[in-house]
Amino acid sequence: MDKHSPPTPTDVDEHDAGRAKPRHPLQKLYAAFESPGRRRALHLTILAILIVTPWISSQYTTVILTNALLYVVLCLGLNVVVGYAGLLDLGYAAFFAVGAYTVGILTQQFGVNFWAAIPFALMAAALAGVIIGGPTLRLRSDYLAIVTLGFGEIVRFTARNLEITGGASGLSHIPEPSLFGWHIDSSIDFYYVFVVLAVLAYIASQRLFDSRLGRAWLYVRHDEDAAEAMGINRVATKLAAYVTGAIFGAIGGIFFSVNLGAISPESFSFQQSVLILLAVVLGGMGKIPGVILGAFIVVLGPELLRDFGTLRLLIFAVLLLLIMLFRPSGIWPEKRS
Amino acid sequence: MIQTIDQTDAPAVGSRPGKVRLGIRDVEAFYGQIQALRGVSLDVHEGEIVTLLGSNGAGKSTTLKTISGLVRVQRGEVQLEGESIARLAAHEIARRGVVHVPEGRRILRGLTVKENLELGAFTVKDSGLRRQRLDEVYALFPILHERRHQDGSLLSGGQQQMLAMGRALMHGPSVMLLDEPSMGLAPKLVTDIMRIIKRLNEAGTTILLVEQNARLGLRLAHYAYVIENGEIRMQGAAAELRQDESIVKAYLGVGE
Repeated sequence: MDKHSPPTPTDVDEHDAGRAKPRHPLQKLYAAFESPGRRRALHLTILAILIVTPWISSQYTTVILTNALLYVVLCLGLNVVVGYAGLLDLGYAAFFAVGAYTVGILTQQFGVNFWAAIPFALMAAALAGVIIGGPTLRLRSDYLAIVTLGFGEIVRFTARNLEITGGASGLSHIPEPSLFGWHIDSSIDFYYVFVVLAVLAYIASQRLFDSRLGRAWLYVRHDEDAAEAMGINRVATKLAAYVTGAIFGAIGGIFFSVNLGAISPESFSFQQSVLILLAVVLGGMGKIPGVILGAFIVVLGPELLRDFGTLRLLIFAVLLLLIMLFRPSGIWPEKRS
Repeated sequence: MIQTIDQTDAPAVGSRPGKVRLGIRDVEAFYGQIQALRGVSLDVHEGEIVTLLGSNGAGKSTTLKTISGLVRVQRGEVQLEGESIARLAAHEIARRGVVHVPEGRRILRGLTVKENLELGAFTVKDSGLRRQRLDEVYALFPILHERRHQDGSLLSGGQQQMLAMGRALMHGPSVMLLDEPSMGLAPKLVTDIMRIIKRLNEAGTTILLVEQNARLGLRLAHYAYVIENGEIRMQGAAAELRQDESIVKAYLGVGE
């Protein structure tokens, strides 16, 4: 081991020179977008497409795309929990519900201004994040899955059985918000609101990934004992993941409720949680572009298959299975495989 | 100076240089109902290599884990420079400079050698200092520099041990707890690792070394403790214990 000359400080940080070049055609395509210049071009192109689309397509397309953008926000939020911190969450729709119901109740039943209700919804979601995060800190894999699933169901049943949440029929006539005189009510208005939210979620995800907290999540995900032995606060790190994920979910829920104007417990079912998780896993856990891709596939897939009538969900399921068979770590995985 | 101890609370004996860096007193620890430590006391002085010897299941690793906070101290006291750390969480103990290099190295799979090293410096906020430590670790283990972009878990056993030690060094430890660094290594590599431990110590790192291989531990250490059934049974200067094969054999088997 002493045969090699000691390094000079200059080449210590040289950039990833020794890494294997991507061989898979998809990886080549993805690698093409990794350089900062191209990435900026790609960002601008996608943004331009997002801005122009509602003017050249039907209202139906706009509504579907709005839904896809909502899923982008939700999936990027769940990605913090599952992808960054490596914690399974089968009840993510609960945070989505907490955001939606808090705003729904405050605006519709108490006449609170929509924008004033948002901080309360975020606080409620953060609290929900602590409630689910706290007791599950010592649990791993299967047990964590069961508890988070249970938490999701508890939230849904609570919403179903309380009077203030409108019981099984939920809340309706949630007033539409306005911003500086702009009354947000048409489907195009909401589309643009969700474009802004998705962009913010994207930027926040990127920042979190690069942050010190992001590094802590990475280490805790890989080996929490080793991380703790190096001075990382395991408890705080995991709680931060749940709280961050909860806030993303709540933001999705807040705008979901005013977009539809009505919410019911069934909007936040177990199936909803599974669908969000599916998009994250399908796209590639931990990889932001992968997760966004996953969100679009999960929302647009069944719509594109509408011609097949009643068979569409079956076909969609088979397609998903095939993708997972050939791309087991996701379409756009975090690490070169 | 060799002592066979019946009373576990007997103080450390003999004249040892330096102040007590790490002192543990009558520590008891449990795994569920099973008592793993039955009142362990030992001292690690500044600048020393102290070795804790014993057979499988004697409580060596558990002792290290209670010091680093991975196992709860049920009764007794652990002090770092006179200050109690027995009730602190593991990450707080690490932040005070007690770094545990666990059994089996615990290299993070899927992360590069460099990323593994960076974990060690997570609490070091000064980026210049992080860089300087990285250079030092690479100078100490040139192979790690050569392999810095490779998956750390794909290194050989000896290299993984170097990586685990390098990671601990990135932290800038005041006391390093080494759990069986020789485990599973070829004899040549064991010699390399032992030389490095010696070098680290000469450069000022205080080390508590757990070893199953008694000869190895005694060759390296200044002072030694022998643990059996969760109790310290013997202690003394390593050089003296080394002379007394019969005692070593009685407690440690043949040792090699």
